[in-house]
Amino acid sequence: MNPFTLTRAASVDAAVRDFSGHEAAAYIGGGTNLLDLMKENVAHPQHLVGLNKLPLSSIESTTGGGLRLGATATNADTAWHAEVQQRYPLLSQAILAGASPQLRNMATNAGNLMQRTRCYYFYDTATPCNKREPGSGCAAIGGYNRIHAILGTSDSCIATHPSDMCVALAALEAVVQVQGPDGSRQIKFEDFHRLPEDAPERDNTLQAGELITSIDLPAQGFAENFAYLKLRDRQSYAFALVSVAVGLELDGNTIKEARLALGGVAHKPWRDKAAEHLLKGQPATEATFRKAAEAVLKEAKGQGTNDFKIELAKRAIVRALTQAAAGEQKASDVFTNSNP
Amino acid sequence: MSTVSTTSAADGQLRPLVPPSPVTLRINGQDHTLQLAPWTSLLDALREYAGLTGTKKGCDHGQCGACTVLVDGKRINSCLTLAVLQEGADITTIEGLGSEHALHPLQQAFIDHDAFQCGYCTPGQICSAQGLINEGKAQTEDEIRELMSGNVCRCGAYVGILAAVKEVVDAKR
Repeated sequence: MNPFTLTRAASVDAAVRDFSGHEAAAYIGGGTNLLDLMKENVAHPQHLVGLNKLPLSSIESTTGGGLRLGATATNADTAWHAEVQQRYPLLSQAILAGASPQLRNMATNAGNLMQRTRCYYFYDTATPCNKREPGSGCAAIGGYNRIHAILGTSDSCIATHPSDMCVALAALEAVVQVQGPDGSRQIKFEDFHRLPEDAPERDNTLQAGELITSIDLPAQGFAENFAYLKLRDRQSYAFALVSVAVGLELDGNTIKEARLALGGVAHKPWRDKAAEHLLKGQPATEATFRKAAEAVLKEAKGQGTNDFKIELAKRAIVRALTQAAAGEQKASDVFTNSNP
Repeated sequence: MSTVSTTSAADGQLRPLVPPSPVTLRINGQDHTLQLAPWTSLLDALREYAGLTGTKKGCDHGQCGACTVLVDGKRINSCLTLAVLQEGADITTIEGLGSEHALHPLQQAFIDHDAFQCGYCTPGQICSAQGLINEGKAQTEDEIRELMSGNVCRCGAYVGILAAVKEVVDAKR
């Protein structure tokens, strides 16, 4: 790890000022990803702005009937929060499907959005990587790419966003509140993470120095008919090969409202509004679900070692939609993980 | 990790490193004021500066759980946090859970159920199990397996570990 200076900010204003006042600064929340990247010499900030004293760890109702998740609330406190469990079980279960209890106790909500890809070439400084070193090339294209993207890739990057939590946040249409040197603004979740295009070094649309202050959930939580299905190489404590977040609103057997987002398949949580449109007004049947699954994967492109993900994703979508329509997962089931 | 006063920078110039500064950590109910650089992990602070070597360094990347300690009663990977960020927190290590003469129930259960071979992962397993008990979420064997998945045992003593943790979880119900 390179040497650096560190201050612990007491307020959001102070944190933003401190960041702007230093060269190569970085914010540090739980540190579970940043410190790992620093130990691997992938990240080398000269100054860290510590956020764990900021008053941003609460979870509270919003005037619009939604829920505001504080930026520095931990993933564990969020997943086990009674209101999150009851009103947004999709989010609770997605969070609990990721990482380990220790990591969830450290990792913050904002940090979950800011975590970087687990592409092995991004981590290996001996190989080219356009995300780590722009212009150096991509070792994953034509390399071993079992965990890599099948949707929205570019010639410069096929990395995936590794989060489970963010897949649920995409399906729930969360809004990210940020504050920066030029004031505060809000970013729709679908606009927060970006596709690699020709600038894979940029994971998201934050401007320099902007700090996430909260993640806001709208009132609609899909607590009756939802599913988070995560497929991976082992049953626990592994990143998704493919994951699917589904929220449905049913009128009898007719789909009134649908949300569908995938993880492990793209540079960002992959929400497909066109596929959601195909589901709306249709009967909740396997034929409907298959049509939606085909639509999501229509433009998918395998990279060799990850070709299997295309069929896997289709089947996962059909299964998750089936589970959601049947109301198979309950808000009270927190251990879906151990009941595959 | 070093606290020497100069380093060789990329441009070949010698630059002063950030000098160590006093950091007070509350470990097992006792304040320790240590001279630490900002980049010293909590794990290194415990082992190398506070002399508490019960907490183990396995992977140093948050993947194995050998370094698990309790911070304000919650289990974390001490390798993935900086000591300076834990100033003001209440840290509990394996040394704070039991003693040679008064074993913690989890320590006794690990012995009774043959829950280790080499023992290297054991302090982390026990601190993690104490965190699991504090959380109060896991009751069944499947739930304990799931919520102990952040602790790896390369000897493969999982059957014994599960039995030991289950016994103490059951006793608390």
